[in-house]
Amino acid sequence: MKTRHLPFAATLVIFILAYGLCYTQFPAMLSTRVIGNLLTDNAFLGIAAVGMTFVIISGGIDLSIGSVIAFTGVFIAVMLKTTGLHPLTVFALVLAVTCLFGAAMGAVIHFLEMPPFIVTLAGMFLARGLAFVLSTDSVPISHEFYGTLQDIFWRMPGKGRLTLIGGIMLVTVGLGMLIAHRTRFGANVYALGGGQATARLMGVPIAATTVGIYALSGFLAGLSGIVFSLYTSAGYSLSAVGVELDAIAAVVIGGTLLTGGSGYIAGTLFGVFIMGLIQTYIIFDGSLSSWWTKIVIGLLLLLFILLQKGLTWASSRGFGPAHRTA
Amino acid sequence: MTRQTSLPGLRYAPQILTLLVVLGLSASLFPGFLNVEIANGRLYGSLIDILNRGAPVALLAIGMTLVIATKGIDLSVGAVMAICGAVAAATVTTTGSALQAVALALAVGLACGLWNGVLVAVAGIQPIIATLILMVAGRGIAQLITEGTILTFTNESLVFLGSGALLSMPTPILIWITAAALAMLLVRRTALGMLIEAIGINRRASTLSGVNSGILLVCVYMIAGLCAAVAGTIAAADIKGADANNAGLWLELDAILAVVIGGTSLLGGRFTLLGSMLGAMIIQSVNTSILISGFPPEFNLVIKALIIILILLIQSPALRARLKPVRRKQGQGETSILVKP
Repeated sequence: MKTRHLPFAATLVIFILAYGLCYTQFPAMLSTRVIGNLLTDNAFLGIAAVGMTFVIISGGIDLSIGSVIAFTGVFIAVMLKTTGLHPLTVFALVLAVTCLFGAAMGAVIHFLEMPPFIVTLAGMFLARGLAFVLSTDSVPISHEFYGTLQDIFWRMPGKGRLTLIGGIMLVTVGLGMLIAHRTRFGANVYALGGGQATARLMGVPIAATTVGIYALSGFLAGLSGIVFSLYTSAGYSLSAVGVELDAIAAVVIGGTLLTGGSGYIAGTLFGVFIMGLIQTYIIFDGSLSSWWTKIVIGLLLLLFILLQKGLTWASSRGFGPAHRTA
Repeated sequence: MTRQTSLPGLRYAPQILTLLVVLGLSASLFPGFLNVEIANGRLYGSLIDILNRGAPVALLAIGMTLVIATKGIDLSVGAVMAICGAVAAATVTTTGSALQAVALALAVGLACGLWNGVLVAVAGIQPIIATLILMVAGRGIAQLITEGTILTFTNESLVFLGSGALLSMPTPILIWITAAALAMLLVRRTALGMLIEAIGINRRASTLSGVNSGILLVCVYMIAGLCAAVAGTIAAADIKGADANNAGLWLELDAILAVVIGGTSLLGGRFTLLGSMLGAMIIQSVNTSILISGFPPEFNLVIKALIIILILLIQSPALRARLKPVRRKQGQGETSILVKP
């Protein structure tokens, strides 16, 4: 096994071990119902985390996605309430808006040479602020098309339900893997994360790739917002606060190097699953308080960062193929 | 090292100008804005309110400036505020001693800083990631201390830190101005500031030239933790309670903004504490002005975002490089070279 596969393998092993541990305590955890809910409850996080994975592999960061999710939800709810547009038209519209929003941030980062951290931080304030301007109240969505979408599900063996939004997440992860590993754009993203100077010498179009990465992240945040509005049947400007941190945590737990240049979309999916599993365990247990979620996720973060550190240390000592320092 | 000795006034011109424009706009729109009066032995007025409400961000910005100067960042300060506020509240409710509560809160803040510092300096983890751990786990720890409730207290001496007044000046203002002055003296009247900048420019080179960069980095993160502890104690004393969920929420972002607006480069190696303090006051002036304007508060974030974007555009190295011929005449052309990696 190559050293760079190790973080992903560790994620997988920890997920299986954790699930096994839960199963020994609560045998019901293995039912497809729980698995179906795990997919449905974490669908919006999973979709957003795929976008975040691309950004982090390229060596950047996107702090705006939580706010973009909230903005998308409010935008959809307000549009459906005030205009007679069909939800599908509204979806297309909002995806175009969030995609452009991401592209604009990417352009600022590249052409004005500003750190992604600060640019996307301003984007975070702007998107949250725009959501506030649209509506400060929670706007319910009662379009009948929403009901139709929410009722679509595939009954898995064992009465578990794979809902539409759970399916959208799995498809997004699949497409993300294709883009990352089978397209020129994906290769460019990895090259950019390996170092801007080397990427430029390799002939990677830096400007187009940077703008593309943040546009993709914005698009996926918009899609995540649509899924979130399907999940909650409402748009609220104070929702999805801190989702960007959950997404970053999922990406790191999923084995992506935060220095950029190395990581897997599939790892992120399992990162999301591990975080969902912790929450499910706390619900099953019933006596644990929800704040343990944060502490356990913090500990997992520490564990994975130390693991990554150990790997880069080992490889810089000549035990592996990657010669890079963090 | 990179300190500009020529035209010191010009260096802060964009910040001072922004502050004056914000205050001027508010003053022209609301006639009573600049009034300061004394009532109940304490100063009142919008200007005092800005100084008072800006205390947590200003305090956080002191530590954040030093951390950013070493090419780092500390995302955990908001969570550390929550932890320290919770520790102060829990101690004062059990022992009744304000002194003990403050001492313990400061010690916990230092310990949090030590944790971050060790992860960054010894384990060699990227600062943004190392501090992310405490940012995520910190609120959980704070809730563990308060047991999920909002811990309230009535201890007079502790409350004094948040809402009292000394010589008719609200205590938070005195605390943050003293802290800022002490920090400025410490870094600019000793070699400390230069050593911190040296680490930010090139840690390896500074280590090779004899700077004990490991210890210094840990110390810088401990200062950031200490500042967060003071801010957390003030915030808890202000509302007479510790709210683990909301104390210091997103304040790390405000603190980073204050530092960036103040003119410290996120790429490290060059910092200005005075600029950061001006940045903190700009942010608070915008908040206060929007609040008293009766403007719908939902526009608050949009306006804040637009102002930030504007200030960042002014400071963008790429934009500066394009405007260089114009800038050089004003004696500021060299900054664009310094900021570039």
